[in-house]
Amino acid sequence: MTLDSTLFPVDHELDGLLARLADEADRRQMIEVAYRTVDSPLGPLLLAATARGLVRVAFATEDFDAVLTVLADRLGPRVLAAPARLDRAASELDEYFCGTRHEFDLELDHSLSSGFRQTVQRYLPSIGHGRTETYKQVAEHVGNPAAVRAVGTACATNPIPVVVPCHRVLRTDGSLGGYRGGLEAKRWLLDLERR
Amino acid sequence: MRQPFDHAVREHGPTVLRVCRAVLGPGGDAEDAWSATFLAALEVWPTLDDGTNLQAWLVRVAQRKAIDITRARARRPVPTEALPEQTSSWGNPGEHDHLLWQAVAALPERQRLAVAYHHLGGLPHAETAALIGGSPESVRRAAADGIRRLRQTQLPQTGTS
Repeated sequence: MTLDSTLFPVDHELDGLLARLADEADRRQMIEVAYRTVDSPLGPLLLAATARGLVRVAFATEDFDAVLTVLADRLGPRVLAAPARLDRAASELDEYFCGTRHEFDLELDHSLSSGFRQTVQRYLPSIGHGRTETYKQVAEHVGNPAAVRAVGTACATNPIPVVVPCHRVLRTDGSLGGYRGGLEAKRWLLDLERR
Repeated sequence: MRQPFDHAVREHGPTVLRVCRAVLGPGGDAEDAWSATFLAALEVWPTLDDGTNLQAWLVRVAQRKAIDITRARARRPVPTEALPEQTSSWGNPGEHDHLLWQAVAALPERQRLAVAYHHLGGLPHAETAALIGGSPESVRRAAADGIRRLRQTQLPQTGTS
């Protein structure tokens, strides 16, 4: 007969301790990347924030563990589940998916993108709810009409999808182009905004 | 460490809590030691070498935190609460849970510490001996005696494992 260590039960207490650790670490400003997951009509989403604001929204197809590993590498390894830090983002997303919110009022941290990509991503929220632009129009609006392809890349690598509405950018022929969360998700978001 | 701290908490959190409980008894002190351990780990996380054996490192930190707490407890004029009252506030653990942790708490101190650091914390006999004193061989015996005694106190129907 073995007395495996898993027979020494601790599971009941661990959830409370994890919450307490997150609160204390947050109070001491030791968390570089706070994250939580939320359910959405597009499946589970991972939300991550730095002290500056929301830095990443990820779809389940991206593999949350892999996403957190990249965030640790890029932004700092003090990554911790701290749901309270993302309460506001979670509730604004909830309202958006319910159709009652047309604009996000959140601090954003664009530091995962640089240069032209960041310029494009900062521009995207000015395409209003329910509207769309083409990659070509976006290139013109950010003052670089020849950079249609680079606009496509900027949209495809948008680290904060949904909140930064890269789904509102389509091909000139009206077809969807690409989307980090899959074309099905892009179509779903465009339909949601047409309702 | 470049890996997300969160992975370490999820992977090693249960082990560290078992060690803290075995050393300090189930209740607030063990939870305080657990929290102090992971806050200390979070503090130094970016400077910790990627090759570190995390479980062993965390168990050694937990040991130091447990000593801090034991000392603080000794300085307190009156012990805050008696152990049985604390164990009843765990949430809703099965009878079984109580029995095993109570049996751990009832072990002679050396057996209890050997079980905590070697059996639950996974430290080798020699490293456990460095923490709790004595020789590796005496740690081996204390851990084995402790486990034998815990088996005897088992556990109505799950004792067949």
